[in-house]
Amino acid sequence: MTWRAALERQRSLLDFALLALWRRRGKNLSLVLVYGLTVFAIASVVLLAGALRAEAAAVLAGGPDVVVQQLSAGRPALVAAEAVARLGAIRGVSRAAGRRWAAYADPVSHATFTVLAPEGFEGRPGEVELGAGAAAAMRWKPGEKVGLLGEDGRWHFLEVRRLLGEETALVSTDLVLLAGEDFERLFALPPDRFTDVALTVRNPRELTTVARAAVGALPGGRAVTRPEMARTYEALFDWRSGLASVVLLGAVLTFALVAWDKAAGLPADERRELGVLKAIGWETGDVLAAKLWEGVVISVAAFLLGVLAAYLQLFLAPAPLLAPVLRGWSVLSPPLRLAPSVSPLELATLFFLTVVPYTLATVVPVWRAASTDPDAVMRS
Amino acid sequence: MILNPSVVALLGGSVASGALLLGGAAVGAGIRAGWDLQSGSERQLRLERRTVLVSLLVRVALALQLLLLFLLVFTADALAPQFTGAMCAAGSLRAAPYGYPALLTGLLAAFLSGLWLVLDHADGLGHDHPLLRVKYAALLPLAPLVLGQAALLALFLGGLKPEVVTSCCGSLFGEAGRGLGADLAGLPRGPVSAALVGAVGAAILSALLVRRTARGAPPSAVDAWSLAASAAAALPIGLAAVVSVLSPYLYELPTHHCPFCLLQAEYHFVGYPLYGSLLGGAVAGVAVGLLQPFRGRASLADALPALQRRLAGACAGLLGLFAALAAWMVAGSSLRM
Amino acid sequence: MTLLEAREVHRVYHQGRPDEHEAVAGVSLAVEAGALTVLSGPSGSGKTSLLTLLGAMARPTSGRIFLRERELTSLPERFLTEVRRRTFGFVFQQPNLVRGLSARQNVMLPALPLGLDHAALGRRADALLEQLSVGHRARARSDWLSGGEAQRVAIARALVNDPEILVADEPTANLDSALSRQFMAIAADLKAAGKTLLLASHDPIVTDSPAVDRRVAMRDGRLEGP
Repeated sequence: MTWRAALERQRSLLDFALLALWRRRGKNLSLVLVYGLTVFAIASVVLLAGALRAEAAAVLAGGPDVVVQQLSAGRPALVAAEAVARLGAIRGVSRAAGRRWAAYADPVSHATFTVLAPEGFEGRPGEVELGAGAAAAMRWKPGEKVGLLGEDGRWHFLEVRRLLGEETALVSTDLVLLAGEDFERLFALPPDRFTDVALTVRNPRELTTVARAAVGALPGGRAVTRPEMARTYEALFDWRSGLASVVLLGAVLTFALVAWDKAAGLPADERRELGVLKAIGWETGDVLAAKLWEGVVISVAAFLLGVLAAYLQLFLAPAPLLAPVLRGWSVLSPPLRLAPSVSPLELATLFFLTVVPYTLATVVPVWRAASTDPDAVMRS
Repeated sequence: MILNPSVVALLGGSVASGALLLGGAAVGAGIRAGWDLQSGSERQLRLERRTVLVSLLVRVALALQLLLLFLLVFTADALAPQFTGAMCAAGSLRAAPYGYPALLTGLLAAFLSGLWLVLDHADGLGHDHPLLRVKYAALLPLAPLVLGQAALLALFLGGLKPEVVTSCCGSLFGEAGRGLGADLAGLPRGPVSAALVGAVGAAILSALLVRRTARGAPPSAVDAWSLAASAAAALPIGLAAVVSVLSPYLYELPTHHCPFCLLQAEYHFVGYPLYGSLLGGAVAGVAVGLLQPFRGRASLADALPALQRRLAGACAGLLGLFAALAAWMVAGSSLRM
Repeated sequence: MTLLEAREVHRVYHQGRPDEHEAVAGVSLAVEAGALTVLSGPSGSGKTSLLTLLGAMARPTSGRIFLRERELTSLPERFLTEVRRRTFGFVFQQPNLVRGLSARQNVMLPALPLGLDHAALGRRADALLEQLSVGHRARARSDWLSGGEAQRVAIARALVNDPEILVADEPTANLDSALSRQFMAIAADLKAAGKTLLLASHDPIVTDSPAVDRRVAMRDGRLEGP
């Protein structure tokens, strides 16, 4: 057969398949719906994981290259100011900045926040800036005074200057920002002690070298590089989304069984029609091609439907069910606006987890149907 | 082990591909055992119907294998940030043992599946299924190969640990490193280029000679075998050449030899037509030689030479495309070495 | 000239099972080119089974079928279908048109997998429908056709690949007398146009028609008489 004829053949068979699907549209639409739902479930997991991964990477990109902590008896300890200077002197480090932050638990509600005294705090001593999550949890509003229980047992009252913007929600939602003096008073700390040190490294290829040097400069310390932090997030998202996909495979399997059943249990009139096709001159291969085209159309429709629905659900509306599975840590708490993104890898993965099982489940039934005996038609 | 949806997909897909081929080989063995074309019994009819099933299973398996190759490279690329020193798929595949073996076995499986499908097609041209016994016997080793690939893949993926320090493609495919990748990269450019031109040139030439045979007459054994041999040689030489000679020109960096980076958008996805045409051309060329021993079968007397000619044409076209792309990569580069 | 020949053919259904049944028990028959041959006999006599064997729709359990000099019996199903597609056209007892498709689309159906030019195929279908006086119903859905119209569309469908031999199994079973006579008139026309016809029927309108060149009686899977 020439190329032109082969193309025309496939076109005709596809046309026939479309008509055949339409003729039994009730059954086929319900199949597309169930199929699409399965795709939707898996796509939600895959896309959410991808989006969170991208967010985490973006957040970390704005953060320090290396974070150095002091350990004492295995637990984090404060870093002295001259240690910061020593770290700053390491070759390749363009900046070493001591950071002051602590975890704070509200004694009444037990809500936990991160109290941070940033270098460039714009407010005056006695003022705080709140992240959206912190403010909402404690019902604190700008202009009000909030009470924080200090390590000295006394309550310190600070005025809310403003709430931190929604764009930074991912990192700032549970933050309480205040001035250095207030931090020292609250946690009874001297001014020359820091929680950890953030290093900025000139050459990204030198990160590991610098990290090693930092540990050398700070006996008993440990250094975590940004790639290591990124990897930890990645590994976490991977594990959870992987686990979720494995669980959802159960759903896929059920769907595959449904598909197999629908394909194998042909109603009598469909079987008869296939017999007629064979009787009027269609080969098994021709019937098979038409049926495979049916499968392609159904798969494409369901795939698009499921992916689109997952995309819309995740990126245009907060994801209600899956987010807890994938977030887990209170650092990333709702509400969250994720940047929409779909990568070719995600699409390929989705294809493998949905369309391939459907195809495998229907291969043998479709072949069986295509092998219908033509002379059965004659004899009825 | 790293468990993410793509890894789950890879494992599931490779097992599925292996299962399809195992099923196909099993059904094929059954057909071979009971085949009797002269009998009109229902059993014979059932066996004939099953031949359609086996073809279908192998076709789906081959499609899966090709997609799995790409999924593997994509996934390895995405996992790269989790391994120190890995900057793309090349490094990830090195992060645990059996990475490259899994990839190469997959490539071999795709190549052999393609050849099998040509054999299957040829068998269908003769009205008495002249190649039936041969083709189902040939299917038997293919199933364990694909299952072996699934096993290698599982071992590789299972052995991946995120903290592992691995080599990035700079040193893996860099001339100073060790291992196969570095050996390939370090191959002297002159001889490799010569070998490439030689193999591809010989293949295209033989292909054209096969096509020049008079209509209806089978191609001469010499032509067919030389085409098969040069096409078979062109595949590994072509791959080696991509690593050692061609990729630096494309990346315009003498030390960048990575075979996967050219699948990315920034290089216009040129890797796809490059590898695709090389693999396709090799399959087509080797297939001509594969079919040559069967030209004596009566029912194929007319159809086989025509098929061989078409395959030779496809081989010439595809390898020609490969050569054109390679030439464009070298000539269009601002690198001068 | 013998166009189609069956030599000592047997057809056994459900071989080896308790409901094993020999529908054709050793039939040898030669069909002449350009002739209208009728297989007559009561239902269960094996007419339909013999028709499927002669029409290359099934393979005999034993015995041989020849189309001119070419043996069909040992052809694998694919090649048998090839031959059948090119040489035979079938009309069944029921029109068996595909529901939901128009008459025209039904006529084009046998040729769809051949990859022919779609427009040319459509024109051919229209021409055939015209010839059979159902051209005006070309675009109508097959479910809306009357019995006689449907039967004629089925004949058009059988003729779309321009086959040499037309095989019809009980073509008048669901037609009234007027339509049955019309059918035989069409058959006579086709015969005049050079086609070979092979019909199975126990309808006297068919068996006693003057267009018939040869009558073969069957009973219990065997031929009766000469």
